[in-house]
Amino acid sequence: MIPAPFTYHRPKTLGAALRLLQTLGSVARVLAGGQSLLPMMKLRLAAPAHLIDIGRIAALRRIRAGGGRLRIGALATHSMIESVPAVRRWVPVLAETASTIGDLQVRNLGTMGGAAVHADPAADYPATLLALDAEFVLQGPDGARIVPASEFFQGLMATALRPDELLIEISLPTAQRVGAAYMKMPNPASGFALAGVAASVALDGDGRCRHVRVGITGVASAAYRARHVEQALLGQEPTDEVLAAASAAAADGVDASADLHASAEYRRHLARVLTRRALAAARDRRRSGKQGLPSS
Amino acid sequence: MATQAHGMGHAVKRKEDARFIRGKGTYIDDIKLPGMLYLDIVRSPYAHARIKAIHSEKAVAIPGVLAVITGKDLDKYGLAWMPTLMSDRQMVLPIDTVLYQSQEVAAVLATERYIAADGVAAVEVEYEPLPVVVDPRKALEPGAPILRQDREHKSNHIWHWEVGDKAAADTAFREAAVKVKQDIYIPRIHVSSIETCGCIARWEPVEGKLTLWMTTQAPHAIRTVVALVAGHLGLAEHKIRVIAPDIGGGFGGKVPVYPGYVLAVAASVLTGKPVKWIEDRMENMQADSFARDYHITAELAAQKDGTLTALRVKTIADHGAFDAAANPSKFPAGLFSICTGSYDFKSAFAEVDGVYTNKPPGGIAYRCSFRVTEASYMIERMADIVAHELGMDPAEFRLKNFIPPEAFPYQSPLGWTYDSGNYQAALRKAMEKIGYADLRREQAEKRKRGELMGIGISSFTEIVGAGPSHTFDILGLKMFDSAEIRIHPTGKVVARFGTKSQGQGHETTYAQIIAHELGIPEDDIVVEEGDTDTAPYGLGTYASRSTPVAGAAGAMAARKIRDKARKIAAHLLEAHEDDLAWERGKFYVKGSPDRAKTIQEIAFAAYTNHPQGLEAGLEAVSYYDPPNLTFPFGSYICVVDIDNGTGEVKIRRFVAVDDCGNIINPMIVEGQIHGGLTMGLAPALYEEITYDEDGNIRGGSFMDYLLPTAVETPRWETDKTTTPSPHHPLGAKGVGESATVGAPAAIANAVIDALWHLGVRHLDIPITPWKVWKVLRERGVTE
Repeated sequence: MIPAPFTYHRPKTLGAALRLLQTLGSVARVLAGGQSLLPMMKLRLAAPAHLIDIGRIAALRRIRAGGGRLRIGALATHSMIESVPAVRRWVPVLAETASTIGDLQVRNLGTMGGAAVHADPAADYPATLLALDAEFVLQGPDGARIVPASEFFQGLMATALRPDELLIEISLPTAQRVGAAYMKMPNPASGFALAGVAASVALDGDGRCRHVRVGITGVASAAYRARHVEQALLGQEPTDEVLAAASAAAADGVDASADLHASAEYRRHLARVLTRRALAAARDRRRSGKQGLPSS
Repeated sequence: MATQAHGMGHAVKRKEDARFIRGKGTYIDDIKLPGMLYLDIVRSPYAHARIKAIHSEKAVAIPGVLAVITGKDLDKYGLAWMPTLMSDRQMVLPIDTVLYQSQEVAAVLATERYIAADGVAAVEVEYEPLPVVVDPRKALEPGAPILRQDREHKSNHIWHWEVGDKAAADTAFREAAVKVKQDIYIPRIHVSSIETCGCIARWEPVEGKLTLWMTTQAPHAIRTVVALVAGHLGLAEHKIRVIAPDIGGGFGGKVPVYPGYVLAVAASVLTGKPVKWIEDRMENMQADSFARDYHITAELAAQKDGTLTALRVKTIADHGAFDAAANPSKFPAGLFSICTGSYDFKSAFAEVDGVYTNKPPGGIAYRCSFRVTEASYMIERMADIVAHELGMDPAEFRLKNFIPPEAFPYQSPLGWTYDSGNYQAALRKAMEKIGYADLRREQAEKRKRGELMGIGISSFTEIVGAGPSHTFDILGLKMFDSAEIRIHPTGKVVARFGTKSQGQGHETTYAQIIAHELGIPEDDIVVEEGDTDTAPYGLGTYASRSTPVAGAAGAMAARKIRDKARKIAAHLLEAHEDDLAWERGKFYVKGSPDRAKTIQEIAFAAYTNHPQGLEAGLEAVSYYDPPNLTFPFGSYICVVDIDNGTGEVKIRRFVAVDDCGNIINPMIVEGQIHGGLTMGLAPALYEEITYDEDGNIRGGSFMDYLLPTAVETPRWETDKTTTPSPHHPLGAKGVGESATVGAPAAIANAVIDALWHLGVRHLDIPITPWKVWKVLRERGVTE
């Protein structure tokens, strides 16, 4: 549990961080909250020669609402996501998701940006970020580009981020009135999701589904959107029966993972059950206007 | 500052907590000595392999790395092997073959902890993998690779142990109207103390003295073992001092001697400098402190009316590569013969076979006295199976078969004399507290709606406080324990014991015992343990033996002091000893309560005005050899709801009624029970260490090993009955392990109770959501 030797860098500005990243190249790793990288280093599963700690770049910690979007700096911690009023008001399901991560110590240090870039296949945020149509702002040497969540998560611990880029912000639309919920079956040891489903639902004047997003994590090598489910529900009245029928497709065409704690078959089953439950909760929340906020 | 003597039965706040809560405890890793070196260990990635070569050049080239020690180096000093407490032997470092993954292969000595770790990474070992055996049943098959080539007996079979009247049991089974048989596996689990194992060895060459600060539950026994093992190197027992400082949890995992301790001692002797060795979390979880791993086949015989008649049990015990458990010498399967439990069997027969496999040594007594969890879990599962088969309510079935209160002391068919018990009272109290009849009605209604709810009972009998010298020893050392009490002239007390607290609260409970016996306030009593240079010899703390044995010694030593105090009081009061009466804290002349001397006045006189013909001073030692063990018991009832979508088992309620005789500190007992229940919940629903076919450990980190935290733990509802031990001087029994022993069966029984109508008869623990879902799917009842 002792890391291999490494050189530590602590840039104070985004520019300095980007320059270091360019100079050092692939032998460097970026350190945000350190809740995944440092354990990997202690187990010598990762042995970067250089560590670029971006933790002192205050600009990356800001959370701002405006212009129909909520912009969350990459270094906002899980605790901040859980408790900051703007997040709780505009995207309560993100606060709900953050509240299920790890334990208090992990939430106080771990960052949403770090978790997104790490792209653990069982991490919680990817499901919710997919369900909320989040956008990722990636800053490289030649400026910033914006990548939608559905293109950001690409595979097992693989994202659209290039080696010379930093994720600086995740932004979420706030204009649409949706009901949303995140449900997961945690691995009781790690707290990671054996399966986790985020659902977001908007209804039209007749109570039919105008907009549906279902993001699923833990089940496959990367989080994905259950598009079959989404399409099956559009224009439908979301009765329990309709939700159950649509949720049956939650793992269709998905290459589910298997490990010590769950077979592929069990994971697919959990995806279906949790999709139904998350959709029902999202519908109920949209109808009642009461969101499932974690206690602050 | 309280100046009252509270004594027995009071919820005195724990004296030790002042330092623990403020972070002022002193654990091994808090101790830093000048010039101290650090030892780290190279471990095997293979479960069975020949070592072809160990290349240490790159490691030694790292600045700060002083040496790489191998088995061949140790062999020159006769230290490559060490004896285990079970009359087996264990490699300190292998000379040519490794027998399990994570086994110690070489040690790196360095000036800093981090450099030692870099040195470990730089050591290159060439292995030739050998065939691996992880299943003990396969290990016994002809043609299985023989793992212990060092033994004359070329077999993976270690020992056979049996107890009971086989012929009588066989006859009872032939004649029985009802018979049930069940295979039950109790998986390998890990104690996972917060503090891992470690030590600092300081060899002082000039004085020829070894001081060993060590995470040990039994410092005195360790001192003797070191003297016996390393005597040929010039270590003599009077120049060995073992100090167990504050210990962050033991649970049996800190009784055995692990290779790292021996390596640190060897390295200190080699260099003449203090050497620290501390396991990291992964080493702790992968190399030592494993328990259980029992493959049980159990059979019960009963009459048609549900009266139990006979029990037969056959068990394969997976001990890993070395039999390095810490059971009393005559009990290779521990006290597994308590397996007739709380029931009045006419005959019983139990047999256990110990087997070697390519796993780390297992079988430590994880908060279970010795193998009592295995025994209790088996009999309580079996009781439920028979009850269900007969269509009887499991509570009614138990009440019918309990040993009746008037039968105590009760002679069990497997050789124990249960000291006292009232099992009916405990179960009835638990049933009343939980509202048993209402729950059964609710269950019937829910079942009609397809909802899964279960109620599980466990009415366990523990056996703790090893033990009487006629039966109990470890390496020949009799299992007495000791207390030494010294009263200073001002009436303040230092008391030292042969045990060693790892969180049990001895500094408080022992002080209460002395306060109870002498009327001296707890605040005026300091309790010390764990330093072999100061404390009297004792066998240590494990198997819930501290209160039954050392606690009794404390009471007996206090009574010796009271006897002497009476003589001094008679002298001071100019009265005859027989005319004095004792009221807690003072002697007075019968009929004249004003003519009295307090224990403090007497203590002062013992040093300033002692009577002619009587030695000065006021102190006493007691070595207590218990006449019997103590048999705490209890009845637990658990209610579960099962989510038929996810397979999750949710514990809705858990009522625990415990009986540990007279209670010294009810708050500490409650704490012990809460902790024990959580450690009983763990194997029932979460914990398991498994190995793949190649002997690779699965679940060897907290990412995969499902240690429950406060998040998973239900609200425990505790209560008690009080049935004093007739032979213990305070009427007390041990309690530290009751809940660990009793809880798993209550939870498993509740789950099976919820599923029995679907044709589910048994599920091996841990009962994970995935396992439950598989069963529900097979029965077509999942969402």
